[in-house]
Amino acid sequence: MSLAERDRAAAPAASGRRPLPRSLWIGLALSAVFVVAAALSFLWTPYPVDGMNIPARLQPPSWAHPLGTDHFGRDILSMIMVGARTSIAVALLAVGIGMALGVPLGLAAAARRGGLLDEVIMRANDLIFAFPALVIAILITAVFGASAVNAIVAIGIFNIPVFARLTRGAALSLWEREFILAARVAGKSAARISAEHILPNVANLLIVQGTIQFSLGILAEAGLSYVGLGAQPPTPSWGRMLAEAQTMVSLAPHVALIPGLAIVFTVLGLNLMGDGLRDLLDPKVRKART
Amino acid sequence: MTKPLRMIAASALALAAGLAPAWAQRSDVTVAMQLEPPHLDPTGGAAGAIDSVLYANVFEGLTRFTESGEVVPALAESWEISEDGLTYTFTLREGVTFHDGTAMTAADVKFSLDRARAEDSTNAQKQLFAAIDTVEAVDPRTVRVTLAQPDGMFLFNMAWGDAVIVAPESIGEIKSRPVGTGPFRFEDWVQGDRVELTRYADYWGEAPALEAATFKFISDPTAAFSAMMAGDIDAFSAFPAPENLPQFEADPRFQVLVGSTEGETILSTNNAQPPLDEPLVRKAIAHAIDRQAVIEGAMFGYGTPIGTHFAPHHPAYVDLTDMSAHDPDLARELLADAGYPDGFTTTLKLPPPSYARRGGEIIAAQLRAVGIETEITNLEWAQWLEEVFTSKNYGLSIVSHTEPMDIGIYARPDYYFQYDNPEFQALMEELNATTDAAARTEMLQDAQRMIAEDYVNGYLFQLAMTTVAKADLRGLWANAPTQAVDLTGVSWAE
Amino acid sequence: MLRYTLKRLISLGVSLAVASLVIFLVVEVAPGDPAAFMLGINAEPEAVAALRAELGLDVPKWQRYLDWVGGMATGDFGTSYTYRTTVAEMIAERLQVSLPLALCALALSTALAFPAGIYAAARRGRAGDLAVMGATQLGIAVPNFWFAMMLVLLFSITLGWFGAGGFPGWEAGLWPGLKALTLPAVALALPQAAILARVMRSSLIEIMGEDFMRTARAKGLTRRQALWRHGVRNALIPVLTIIGLQFAFLLAGAIIIEQVFYLPGLGRLIFQSISARDLIVVESVVMLLVFAVIVVNFLVDLAYAAVDPRLRRRT
Repeated sequence: MSLAERDRAAAPAASGRRPLPRSLWIGLALSAVFVVAAALSFLWTPYPVDGMNIPARLQPPSWAHPLGTDHFGRDILSMIMVGARTSIAVALLAVGIGMALGVPLGLAAAARRGGLLDEVIMRANDLIFAFPALVIAILITAVFGASAVNAIVAIGIFNIPVFARLTRGAALSLWEREFILAARVAGKSAARISAEHILPNVANLLIVQGTIQFSLGILAEAGLSYVGLGAQPPTPSWGRMLAEAQTMVSLAPHVALIPGLAIVFTVLGLNLMGDGLRDLLDPKVRKART
Repeated sequence: MTKPLRMIAASALALAAGLAPAWAQRSDVTVAMQLEPPHLDPTGGAAGAIDSVLYANVFEGLTRFTESGEVVPALAESWEISEDGLTYTFTLREGVTFHDGTAMTAADVKFSLDRARAEDSTNAQKQLFAAIDTVEAVDPRTVRVTLAQPDGMFLFNMAWGDAVIVAPESIGEIKSRPVGTGPFRFEDWVQGDRVELTRYADYWGEAPALEAATFKFISDPTAAFSAMMAGDIDAFSAFPAPENLPQFEADPRFQVLVGSTEGETILSTNNAQPPLDEPLVRKAIAHAIDRQAVIEGAMFGYGTPIGTHFAPHHPAYVDLTDMSAHDPDLARELLADAGYPDGFTTTLKLPPPSYARRGGEIIAAQLRAVGIETEITNLEWAQWLEEVFTSKNYGLSIVSHTEPMDIGIYARPDYYFQYDNPEFQALMEELNATTDAAARTEMLQDAQRMIAEDYVNGYLFQLAMTTVAKADLRGLWANAPTQAVDLTGVSWAE
Repeated sequence: MLRYTLKRLISLGVSLAVASLVIFLVVEVAPGDPAAFMLGINAEPEAVAALRAELGLDVPKWQRYLDWVGGMATGDFGTSYTYRTTVAEMIAERLQVSLPLALCALALSTALAFPAGIYAAARRGRAGDLAVMGATQLGIAVPNFWFAMMLVLLFSITLGWFGAGGFPGWEAGLWPGLKALTLPAVALALPQAAILARVMRSSLIEIMGEDFMRTARAKGLTRRQALWRHGVRNALIPVLTIIGLQFAFLLAGAIIIEQVFYLPGLGRLIFQSISARDLIVVESVVMLLVFAVIVVNFLVDLAYAAVDPRLRRRT
């Protein structure tokens, strides 16, 4: 699965109507579980996350270890908590990169619509979209070494065109609106108009898309660290936990089951939250609702 | 068919089968291994998988290794060594032919050795031939090799897969269609899946029991487990996931052969990088490591502890594990003595095998317990070669040194350990020039002690060779004196 | 139309040139020497140098780039450093796995997604819709490699119905080949199906609000009849576009699934070549994939422009 194809598909996904509060609340609740777990892990985990106890390895869930132990006898609950931190940090920063670079590019392209700058930016976007995202992410980490930082960059790059395109599309229609014309007549520069009038009006869209990209980032981080290109040990990461669990599956299925469920619930929570937010914030959907 | 009738029919069939055991006797085998050879020229690449498929099966050298690591005659039936140890006169076996039908003669031997040591040779073990001065084909069955200086290891060197005899006629296509003198001829290579061999009818030696053999390449440990369990393969050489071995051992359909390899698995240490250049610091690291925990945690118990860079099954081995017994308190004391009471931070760069990745995490935790922080980086082999091996840009690493009798690498100050001890270098020079067995053993033991006393590297364990096979398969090598899956003695139990 | 085509054609050429340069640069700065990799830790520097010369790695980079691009233009993708066979041959061999796998996955996901999407659209807002949408949410959230591991745990290790990986080759017969591709195709198809079902549903819902659908209803067709006769056909256009693009991505996007099942496909080839620093294989395969996507995009644009003249003026 490539990042880009999900981006494409995710966009039109929720344009239908659905009961608003439920998906938002379920999503918020699910995401909150992992955010809280990640935050808590800074202060406390049931066991030290690198505490090995080899004789007690591969134990199924018990009172002492609610989620069991891994192949080094480490407490899986503690690892999931710290792993949440890794996943969230990587995905969040990747979205940050995408927004920080994509939004200004999109604004600039819209401001110079039809011009050379617009053409260059949009062609460059198409080009990035044409690259198989995962393969390039693997290449980047292979070239610059496997680390959380490089995973962030690799995922972040593919977020840039998503935000650039979204921003440009929304900004284009805004440029035709009267209040923008008024601002132009008042002699404001294109850059100022973009910053003062366009950006606040596309913010809602960006928040919704940001949530979706965030969940895609979690999936991408899991994939990259599964193939060994994400955060390096001893920093726990869900993807690497899965990779290490692969040969243990026949001995102790829980070591493969639990990190996978953590990913599923986090992504599910974020997606539901994104849908809910879209319903709440997207004026088009709101209008259709009322 | 009614029930009783069916039963009679079935027992009649069983009886018939029992009367003709020859029918049931299988004469083919499918052996799986994890890595696929990149090409099929053992004299032009370091990949162990090339030798695993071809050594002793398709290609042979002047001498060869047995399962126990002994060097015995192969294509050379006998040899004479001159008094000064400089001239080796080999008498070749009679009636040896290559698989294309041409005779193997002294000219082929000369061609092979000269090719391996040539200026533009791409032989991965070129140092094996370093001592050779000239090679002459005296007559079709006699080869005289003159050395520039005496080399106590020469016959041993000639047994390596990198020193096998090839023919000039078939050298052009050797990478895809290898032609050797062994008991099996190359049949087909389906890239990404398997290599097929068939029995060579005109083999000079005893004909093998097998008529055909297939080497299958399964890199994924889970797939290896399931292919073995499903019976798709008959044996898996060097089974990649030690955690699954107890399940095979418990299953009467399978046997697990546990032997040893030539792989000394060590915590490679950059002896030129502060603070690791300090012997006290290296000694502290040695005492901080709990090898048994590493063997248990990374290899699920498979592996023999070592205290120096030498294979425990070798007669000259000295057990020095006590010199680096697990003692975290002593380690902390030593660190304080060395001027690092609060420890320090270094890098730990790990290549792909699971012994390195898992062992690295365990050792990092053990070092952390005495105050040494490590930054772990997982590398691909190509990156590891570049960063650690060539550029020496590392503090610690974990690697299994699988070449047999490779203690000589400690005499190379530019080797990636960067261990520079003139005393050791002199000892190795002396060793190379010595041919007397007793004297050699003594020198080898001195060498083992010397590097253990200097705590050059952290010595962890000898990599175990674990082969899983169907219960009635006989004659597979348990040990791996070199990377080889010798099929000459393999057969099915009756 | 001709001017538009010409303009897009130039842009296509520029895109391909830029893509090839980017790929070459990224791959070539990767640390690691293929020759050193092949000869291992005991090799002497001169042997490595000899091999570098033999592989043609000692010529300047810019010349290698030109040779590579020039070769590709004439259909010559070069020769792999490690395997010493032509890259074109290797790609052809790997496509025998990747192509059927992508096709199976696509067929499977379409077969699941169409009925689910149509059903959900027809029952919009009711329990059936909610159930399908909930299932698709879950489908999107499941990482396919984890799903694959769970399939292996259930169907190969516990039940023993399928192998856990590997590919016997088509010469072993159609059935063993398909059997080996079953679990990977399912693992790939499920998240795809979830995405596709959602697109199908929303596209249908959008179309049902269009005037011609109202007209159809006014003509006396039931909601269901209108949906089938007019809705589905019109909703197919965006769905097919997505399928077309997904297919190109599936060829390479299966990289992790191929890793899980040890399938000798294109994705795995890239992975292996990256770790062996078989640069030319990495470059050529990635270029091929990018080429496929760019060309598909180009054709889609042209097709749309041919249908809808308004699109020729870029907005």
